[in-house]
Amino acid sequence: MLTYFAKRIALGLVTIWFIASATFFGMHAVPGDPLAGDKAMTAQIRANLEAKYGLDKPLGSQYLIYLGNIARGDFGISYTQENRRVNDIIREHFPISATLGILAIVFAGLGGVLWGALTALYRNRWPDVVIMFLVILGISVPSFVVAAISQWSLVGANLAAGTTILPIGGWGTVWHMLVPALVLGLSTMAYLTRLMRSSMLEVVSTDYIRTAKAKGLPATQIFSRHQLRNAILPVVTVLGPAIAGITTGGFVVEIVFAIPGLGRYFVQAIQQLDYTVIMGTTVFYGAFLVFMVILVDLVYGLIDPRVRVEK
Amino acid sequence: MLVLHHASKSLTGTFTDVSAVDVEGNSISILIREEPPQLDSSRATDAVSGMVLGHVMEGLVRMGMDGRLEGAVAEDWEVTPTKATFWLRNDAKWSDGRPVTAADFIFSWKTALKPETGSEYAFLLFAIKNAEAINSGTLPSSALGLSAPDSNTLVIELERPVPFFDKMLVFPTFFPIRADFYAASKGRFGADADQLLYNGPFKITRWVHGSSMTFKRNPHYWNQEQIHLDAIHVPYITSDATASLNFFKDSKISMTGLQAENLTEAMRMGWQIRQHRDGTVFYIDFNFREGRATNNLNLRRAIQAALDMEELVYKVTKLPGYEPGLSLFPGWLMGEKDLLRREYPPTKISPNAGSAQAYLQTALQELGLGEPPPLVLLSGDNPISSVQSEWVQQSLKRTLGISVKIDKQIFKQRLAKMTAGDFDMVLAGWGPDYNDPLTFGDLYASWNKNNRGEYNSPELDGLIDTAQNQLEPAARMRAFGDIQQHLIENAVLLPMYERGVTYVVDPRIKQLKRRVIGPDPDWSRAYIDSGSE
Repeated sequence: MLTYFAKRIALGLVTIWFIASATFFGMHAVPGDPLAGDKAMTAQIRANLEAKYGLDKPLGSQYLIYLGNIARGDFGISYTQENRRVNDIIREHFPISATLGILAIVFAGLGGVLWGALTALYRNRWPDVVIMFLVILGISVPSFVVAAISQWSLVGANLAAGTTILPIGGWGTVWHMLVPALVLGLSTMAYLTRLMRSSMLEVVSTDYIRTAKAKGLPATQIFSRHQLRNAILPVVTVLGPAIAGITTGGFVVEIVFAIPGLGRYFVQAIQQLDYTVIMGTTVFYGAFLVFMVILVDLVYGLIDPRVRVEK
Repeated sequence: MLVLHHASKSLTGTFTDVSAVDVEGNSISILIREEPPQLDSSRATDAVSGMVLGHVMEGLVRMGMDGRLEGAVAEDWEVTPTKATFWLRNDAKWSDGRPVTAADFIFSWKTALKPETGSEYAFLLFAIKNAEAINSGTLPSSALGLSAPDSNTLVIELERPVPFFDKMLVFPTFFPIRADFYAASKGRFGADADQLLYNGPFKITRWVHGSSMTFKRNPHYWNQEQIHLDAIHVPYITSDATASLNFFKDSKISMTGLQAENLTEAMRMGWQIRQHRDGTVFYIDFNFREGRATNNLNLRRAIQAALDMEELVYKVTKLPGYEPGLSLFPGWLMGEKDLLRREYPPTKISPNAGSAQAYLQTALQELGLGEPPPLVLLSGDNPISSVQSEWVQQSLKRTLGISVKIDKQIFKQRLAKMTAGDFDMVLAGWGPDYNDPLTFGDLYASWNKNNRGEYNSPELDGLIDTAQNQLEPAARMRAFGDIQQHLIENAVLLPMYERGVTYVVDPRIKQLKRRVIGPDPDWSRAYIDSGSE
């Protein structure tokens, strides 16, 4: 078990190194100049800036310096927010994205399993049809539309009530999080519902369910002990990457609801060619994803004894 | 752990404390579109940082409510061709109560010029003697032409005569920085609310990055009677225009911009819609490099005669507050006594398909071509640029049979392609740095790095030289009139429009100032009139 995870972690480190290198060279290969602004600079001012950011050195040595810094956990200083270290940006804004993301995953996970199980139980009857219709909507309507519509509805509700029922944006209390988290988790919830439904239907037609029925077990027990537990495995598999995806993919929701999460910095850095922030956030998110995948494998073993890694 | 801690802390807060206008607390709430990227005034270049700095810092002079220059830290001043002298008021103080002295300006400007500071706007200081040499590292900063005979007098030796030198001083690069505080911040100057020392009407008391800010009245500011608000809150930071409108509707912020599609709703709500022209001019730039078809004068004239900018502004983009472009020099610039636009009205080129085709025939002969050459139009990737470039494409196809290929790029890549000369035409824009026609006038000088199409005309260079060095106001303005005429006659650029913004303000707020130069919007002199709901 231990050697297995040591191996996994070593492989994970190699993956992160690969992500870092690919991002570094990819970023430098993209046309465009990170120092360029609206107004042209004199050659001297440009040279001063290049020296400041170490861009005057050959690419090879920039790469080595950069790898060394990452190894020490230092991502450098942002190009666009010149007074802020990338480490500070991640430290201050990731917890916000993560809080929102975890809440969204809770919504998505609970909702997905519940709706999925329901649709499977009521297969081809009206609850199934209604929920599956909503699922298709949830998957196909992009989050910026959902975000805008829900904010617009909240404004209407607040105006009608003459008071603030729920804040329409900003950050600070748990009330600020509810609607954005729902919006953020919606497409994952829809996806999980579909996955759970098909997985449940597959399990229903297996021999062990037939055996359980033949033994005369009560339906609730078959459902919770045999059907649900077996059907939930594929959901757990996608949950890991989904957590990483949701905590990093909140860009649109963060902009619409004025939430100071890391997703904004991640996307804007690419638009602005902010080299250090691109590198910092990508490597950080890459490492986070690798970690989540390893974690999911661990949880997998807890749920399903067959895949438990030998001790 | 970090996550859990954060979540539990969040639960204790309240969300009812935000309101557009708080009469009791004598404060207002506003939204800013991005986190201010740089509050170290020696390095700030962008509009949001400029707006924030304009509320919490003050330079030697400022733009008054009437749009004229007025004394700020300086009580009085004098500019001659060789030097400028500023007499500082005694009661100008920092937020820790210590006086603002001439040494604080000298330190700030020297810091901006140091090569290792890497200040992009250091060039604004190049009018000061030896500034450029210091910025390139060839002279020590002690050689800078600044001196302080006493702590309240600042004497600036000029490298060359600059008739508008005092007007440049409203820019943040010229704000003061106190040496001891700067040193104590250990490279983090301007990074947080407590890493700045303030000398303006307000000070930043709280700054949660990317999330919110609070400006509170600075009790040490000298001109208290001009300041009415006790606090300005920034509860939201987002670039989303629809979200901004929603916050306004929900009475959370006191001003929002309006998009064309919101106008009907705004009128239905009975809001008083206001307009402001932000001073920026947008135009089509040509590539004049050897071998480019656009280097041909008659081809450019053909395009000039084929494009109807009134159609673009009134029928295609239909953005409220925009005005069809007539000249590189926007309408708000002042001439000698009146607006430059009135003293030197630009020649209006009326769109004319017949003359456009005639110019094209001449151009084809000169270029030795049988049919019109295909042209590449470089454009931004935002929706407005897309609409505009498609309009150019269609108009040129219809009138001249020219095929235009649109090359849509994100901002930094468009800039890189412009600098490399990888285009025939490009949609570009220019906003002013200081309140003088020269901020636009020298754009097409052969030595100007912003002249990315590399236009090179000794005649124009001569006119620009006059505009830069002539001290007699009438002759200077005549030079700008001549530059304008040259640019139109030679179709060096095709002005498309002057940009406008449409916005609504909570009716209880008075004396909000929108500006072209200086902090915009400027809430520093605003007050709440609770009688007018």
